[in-house]
This record gives sequence, structure tokens and C-alpha cells, in this order.
Amino acid sequence: MNILQLKPLRSLLAACLALSASAAVFAQAAAPAPAAPAPAPTLEQRVAGLEAYLGNGDPSAPLKTGPKDKDGNATIPAGLTTPSVGTAGPGHNGFMMICAALVLFMTLPGLALFYGGLVRTKNVLSVMAQCLGLAGLVTILWWAFGYSLVFGKNFNSPFLGGSEFFFLKGVDSAPNTDYAFWVSQNVFSMYQLMFAIITPALIVGAIAERMKFSAILVFMTLWMFLVYFPLAHMVWGSSGWMNGVWNAGASIKAIDFAGGTVVHMSSGWSALILCLLVGPRLGFGKTPMPPHSLVLCMIGTGMLWVGWYGFNAGSAVAADGVAANAFTTTTLATAVASFTWATLEYITRRKMSVLGFCSGAVAGLVVVTPACGFITPSSAMPLGVLAGLVPFLACTKLKGMLKYDDALDTFGVHAVGGTLGALLTGFFATASVNSNLSTNLKDIVGKSLWLEQVKAIVVTLLLAVVMTAIIGFVVKAIVGLRPTVEAEQEGLDLSDHGEEGYIYEPKS
Amino acid sequence: MKLIIAIIKPFKLEEVKTALSEVGVEGMTVTEVKGFGRQKGHTEIYRGSEYTVDFLPKVKIEIAVADTVAAKAIEAIVGSAKTGKIGDGKVFVVPLDEVIRIRTDERGETAI
Repeated sequence: MNILQLKPLRSLLAACLALSASAAVFAQAAAPAPAAPAPAPTLEQRVAGLEAYLGNGDPSAPLKTGPKDKDGNATIPAGLTTPSVGTAGPGHNGFMMICAALVLFMTLPGLALFYGGLVRTKNVLSVMAQCLGLAGLVTILWWAFGYSLVFGKNFNSPFLGGSEFFFLKGVDSAPNTDYAFWVSQNVFSMYQLMFAIITPALIVGAIAERMKFSAILVFMTLWMFLVYFPLAHMVWGSSGWMNGVWNAGASIKAIDFAGGTVVHMSSGWSALILCLLVGPRLGFGKTPMPPHSLVLCMIGTGMLWVGWYGFNAGSAVAADGVAANAFTTTTLATAVASFTWATLEYITRRKMSVLGFCSGAVAGLVVVTPACGFITPSSAMPLGVLAGLVPFLACTKLKGMLKYDDALDTFGVHAVGGTLGALLTGFFATASVNSNLSTNLKDIVGKSLWLEQVKAIVVTLLLAVVMTAIIGFVVKAIVGLRPTVEAEQEGLDLSDHGEEGYIYEPKS
Repeated sequence: MKLIIAIIKPFKLEEVKTALSEVGVEGMTVTEVKGFGRQKGHTEIYRGSEYTVDFLPKVKIEIAVADTVAAKAIEAIVGSAKTGKIGDGKVFVVPLDEVIRIRTDERGETAI
């Protein structure tokens, strides 16, 4: 045998012997005394855990038979658990996955078509690129920081969540019981991501046809961190400053079921400031700029309405009675608002228009968003009428008077509608359709809740307006907001994306 | 030879084509155009923004005819395109210097 092969072989043998010897020693030292067997749950406790699934309750509640802790709360004896604890419930979880898909459907392609049809042909792709680009950008931000900053809690702050879920660490199929007992935390995170995607996408309506793609991406990145993440935490985070329903220590005891403040007020008021900063389209007021395809616009509206059931009913984060009520109120308010807007057109101009039906429907959806899980179907009817009336006046009268170029009426529908909805929620909310309102808000629902809503409205408005102004000026300085005059005239589809939306060539 | 250019209301195209065919004119070139004369446009309103649309859609027909056929062709067009209401259109008759059939290199009236 070759001497080179012999030496390493001997070393290997020696190493193995040493390793197994020390392993034996360690094994002897670490062997624990046999532990007491884990307590078995009773049949009653297990059935109660299953019943909790039906009622969207806490499956670990029946296990709290141990001694009380220092705060006086009953504890669970060590090791006592049932298969229902820490696992997602199939019905609730499946429902939420569908709802997440529905909310994404609202952006892609709902909003893309709704907005796309309202701009001129040379800019149709720019709207679609903005929706697609934001979907990708926001997903990355959400995964890295966003979900944790909104729904974490290790900062112990009413204004921002925490860092424990950065890069979705620890976010798996077990429920996060701060937010849901029966929905996987990863599903909850993806569901909330869809809200985070559509909110900046709404803003682009106000600056359509005249803001550079690069500027939009930079602006929205900063906007998510400075407006959306803090606001969403304040309203929906377990330690949020304005989370009246779930945070007993909230300074502002406001309620917002599906995002009247978080999504619509934030995007709408930011849109106004941005549209004033960017300035009007070239030729605004002189050149006619009618919608190039109300066909696309209407198709988008249908998709928004259907998808919004995921937005509103899904905000119950369970397939339960609260979701069922939200589904009902959403339907009634939207249909009534759509018909109201068209009726107002008939009164003022003798014609009910497709754009009127579409705008009314979207306005109804916006206004009922903060209210849907907290109000009765009967209240949804007058809410729908107001949702048709007030945004109608904002879009047809206010814009004409003040002459700002809110190209696609993001301010008129989302800011005005969201504000109206947040206010009406304060008046119409009742614990009879949502018992969660009795947990921390029993003394103010039906009484001074509207005042808390007003406080939340003011905070949201100020945050959106001030931050957008700052971010706008910063982006203007670094990247510039507008395309060149030539680029704007040839259309953003060509200048930003190098593409044409419609190429109708002769057949041969 | 004459080049006859007719601007007519779009829904009259089929009738004019049939009437021309009956007087022996089989070929034509048709373009979609917009214009106005005395016919008023209309107003469209999108969410409170008013647009007055002055231009109306029309159809332009161009035919090349021999001098002997010109009068009958004009009569066919005017008769079939007329509705009696404002916006019926106009016919322009322009002298045509030369006509060439590309496939056979024929020139003049045989090329029509």
C-alpha cells in the first residue's frame, strides 16, 4: 500500500474514535430525568375547540384551567393543547385565500382597465404599467419590511409595529392570534399585501398622463414607508394609536372595517397634493381629453365591484356572520350609489351615462368600505344615497370651480368618499351586527364614536397631505416629476415604455 | 376623364355603391373621414367635463370615370345619397390627367 494513503486513513480512524468517545460522555451528561407526561385534554375541551372554529372564537379558551397569572388572567397548564390550537381552520383559511385573490383582481386588471379606459389612447399602457409595477414593488417592500412594520409589535409603539417579521421570518401557516384564530399568518400577510398594493395604485389616477414612471416608483417607495405603513399600523395594528376595536389602550378609539382611512383617505388626499404639485396636463382646459374607451372603463368597474367583496367581506378575516353582513351592506350601498349618481345625471342633464353608473358604483364601494362590517343593511341604503350624491358634487362641481386637474377623480371619489364613509361609520356603527364593538367601545358606540372618527379623519388627512408634500418636493428635486414636453405629447406609452397600446394595421 | 370625390353620410354607402354599379361604375376607393359644413356637432359630458364635438363622421368615395360616364355617375351618387336633411354631403368633380393600371401598364380610359 502507498504510504500517502496510509497516513490520512490513520488520522481519520483516530478522529472517529475521539468523536464517538466524547459523544458517549455528553450523552451520559445530558440525559434528563424522565418528564411528567403532557396533560391530556378532555373530550369537552376538544369539542369546545372545534366549536370555536364555527364561531371564529379562540380554540385555546377552554384550556385555560391553570392558576391565574399576575394580571389575573387564567393560564393554560403546561403542555395542555388540542389539535385545534395553532392550526388554521380550512373554511376560514380557504375563504381568505380567495379574498386575497379577489383584492389583487381589483388592481390587476380591475383598476388597470377602469383607469386605462379613462385616459387617452397614447397613455393607456402607462396606467397598466403603473399598476403592474406597483404590484411588484410593493410586494418586495411588504416582504422585506412592510408586513412587520404594520402588524408586528416589538417596537411597543402605537405608530409602527416591529421588526420581528422582517423578510416574513416566522410567518407560516400557523395563525397569528393577535389578528385571527383560524387564518394562517402567511395568508393574512398576503391578504393585507393586496391592500398595500392597491392603495398607491389609486393615487396614479390623479396624476395620470403626466408623471414619469421612474418618479412614480421612487415616490411610492417613500410614500409606503412614511404614510401607508404607519397609518395601517395605527388603525389595524394590535398596538395601534387609532385601533379602537382591538387596542384597549388606543388614544383615538376610531373604527375602520376595511380601509376607509387607511386606503381611500390616504390615497385620495395624497392624490390631491400630488396633482397640485405635478401640475395639469399640457393643454388641460383647452384640448378635449375625453376617455378613449368607456368599454374598458365599465369592464374594470365590474371587476372592481366583484373584487371588492374580497376587500370588504374578507376584512372580517373569517368566513363568519360579520363577513356575511359586510357582504350584504356592500352590495346594497354600491347598487344604490350607482343608481343615485345616474339619477342625478338624469336630473341635471336628462341622460343617465355609463360613466355615471360606473363612478357611482365605485363611490358606493368606497364610502361603505370603513362601515360595511359595522352597520346594518338598513343603514347601508341611506349611506348609498349619500355615496352617490356627495362624490357626484365633488367631481362635477368642485373640480370645475377650483380647476385642479384630478384626471381620473381620485380625490373626488376616494378622498371625499373615504372621508364621508369614515364619518358615517361613526353614526351608523352598531354592536348588534358586530359584537367586537362591545369589547372596548361599549360606552361610545352610538354616542361619541363619531367624534373619535373625526379625530382619525384629521390625523389621516394631515399625515397624507404633509408627507406627500415633503416626498413630492424631494422626488422633484432628485428625479423630477414630469416627462419632457415632447415625451408628454407623444404619450407616456412610447416615451416611458416604448410600446403602443393599439396597433391597427391594414389586413394585408 | 374625371375624378369624382363624394363626401356622404356613412350609412348611405351601400346604397351609393349599388346605384353606381347600376350605371356601370364597379371600382371605387372609400375612406372614413370627419368634417362639417352646416351640420352642427354634439356635446358630450364626462363627469362634468363638457366637450363639443364639431367634426362629424363621413365617408369619402373616389371614382375615376370616362367623360361620357361622368354625368350618369354624379346623378347616381346624388340620387342615392340624398336624405333631404342638413349634412347630406357634397360631390367634387376634378379633371383627371392620367390613369395607369399597374398590373398591365394600360393607360387612359382603358385603364379605368
